[in-house]
Amino acid sequence: MIETEVELLRLIEKNANLKVEKIAKLMGKSKEEIEELIASLEKKKAILGYSTLIDWAKVENEEEVTAMVDVKVTPARGVGFDKVAERIYRFPEVKAVYLMSGAYDLSVSVRGSTMMEIGHFISEKLSTLDSVLSTTTHFVLKKYKHDGIILEDEDDDDKRIVVSP
Amino acid sequence: MNQYLSKQVADLKPSGIRRFFDLAAQMDDVISLGVGEPDFVTPWSFIEQSFHALEQGYTSYTENAGMIELREEISAYLNRSFGLSYDASDQVIVSVGASQAIDLALRAIVNPGDEVIVVEPSFVAYVPAITLAGGTPVTIQTKAEDDFKVQPEQIEAAITPNTKAIMLCNPNNPTGTFLEKKELEQLGKVIAKHDLLVLSDEIYAELTYDEPYTSFPTISGMKERTILISGFSKAFAMTGWRLGYATGPSEIISAMVKIHQYTMMCAPTMAQHAALEAMKNGRESVQHMLESYKQRRNLIVSSLNEIGLDCPNPGGAFYAFPSIKATGLSSAEFAEQLLQEEHVAVVPGEVFGANGEGYVRCSYATSIKQLDEAMNRIKRFVEKRINPATASLKSSG
Repeated sequence: MIETEVELLRLIEKNANLKVEKIAKLMGKSKEEIEELIASLEKKKAILGYSTLIDWAKVENEEEVTAMVDVKVTPARGVGFDKVAERIYRFPEVKAVYLMSGAYDLSVSVRGSTMMEIGHFISEKLSTLDSVLSTTTHFVLKKYKHDGIILEDEDDDDKRIVVSP
Repeated sequence: MNQYLSKQVADLKPSGIRRFFDLAAQMDDVISLGVGEPDFVTPWSFIEQSFHALEQGYTSYTENAGMIELREEISAYLNRSFGLSYDASDQVIVSVGASQAIDLALRAIVNPGDEVIVVEPSFVAYVPAITLAGGTPVTIQTKAEDDFKVQPEQIEAAITPNTKAIMLCNPNNPTGTFLEKKELEQLGKVIAKHDLLVLSDEIYAELTYDEPYTSFPTISGMKERTILISGFSKAFAMTGWRLGYATGPSEIISAMVKIHQYTMMCAPTMAQHAALEAMKNGRESVQHMLESYKQRRNLIVSSLNEIGLDCPNPGGAFYAFPSIKATGLSSAEFAEQLLQEEHVAVVPGEVFGANGEGYVRCSYATSIKQLDEAMNRIKRFVEKRINPATASLKSSG
């Protein structure tokens, strides 16, 4: 991938809200060049979407619960872990699925509005799948940092003196 | 009490920047483009390394010249980054910021009556540092039409039998001017011909955006007559740690260490530990900051030109140096009125030398959000002042 593509991706990975005109100015390119670049990156699915990082804990009546579930499974002949992973990631409650090295096979992130709801999903849907051998559920108590963004209220005042040589 | 002051100090002009700072300090919503330091906080791994060193009890003095491990890392860093080779044992000194290294270097080489050439517009400390070392500063005024690049014939013209050394800053504060290898070679010829020493301030060496950087001592014949001065403040975002270094011929570095051991003992130990981490593992952090500075430079230069303040593309450092002549104001008037009316701080060019008049220094080491707002305010300020007649004349011709 060429350098400008990487630079563009880094910019919008940090801030998907940047306008094309601003990206063009920052990168010293024309607006048309940037539009073309974005279109080609979307086409080859390097850009998959533009989401917003929201701290739902700050939104009234919209608090949510997240659980990280360690799942041990029996891989199937020919398709390995992919088939069972797909069975799991199709559920809308499931926000992320990773194949892991180590003590268990799949790491599944599940989101719901209450612990009960997540418990129900795990006992009814996840652990009852044929190839699932066991599950270990860890509930998230507090998010400090998510996808590179620190969620704590940080003082972002400029601490520099106003004029310096 | 004034009668007790040393005459040299009493005669020293207070920094023009300082006066401006007092004015800005009274306002609370100032957007400052006046700051000569990164807006990034020091990368966490450097800070964490310093914590660790403190926990381990590294709270005592180090060797006068700095910890040998750090000097070795600096030497290795200069080698892989710029192809330089200095012996860590006697050709490297760790100082309290590059500023102290400049002071040490001048005091090590200047005899009363020696002249030292300064290329203006320049960092505000050069001229006073030469005076305080007992030397005589001789300034060269670079020209806007040369992109503020010093010309070999200008150096030639400034040389007298008393000239001892010349100070070069590349990339330059405040203009962002960046001298390429060919240009440095031209200067090197004049310097060798007249047997001058060079104090090469390369504190912004990492911060160049378009062309590869050439360190002055790599120019043929220059290493044995150059004191290279740099530090951690700018590229590594470590201004407050006060850590710099100088490298050069062992005789000169030893002389600098001699002054340093009597006046400073050593650079702060905890800062030296942070710098060790910066040298070993700082590459990626520097690259991220560099990419960000380049983007901000592109943004500020295109915005200033759109506003009608003529601004060439600076090749390095983090300063834009636009002409404000279109407004009809002096640089001090521009800066003061902009601060009063729009609460944006820039530094008037005149504080960097007489030829800085007509320009202001805008630091773009500031978040994109702040830069956008600053540009909106400057636009509003400039529109009120640019005479419509001159504006239309400009666009038509």
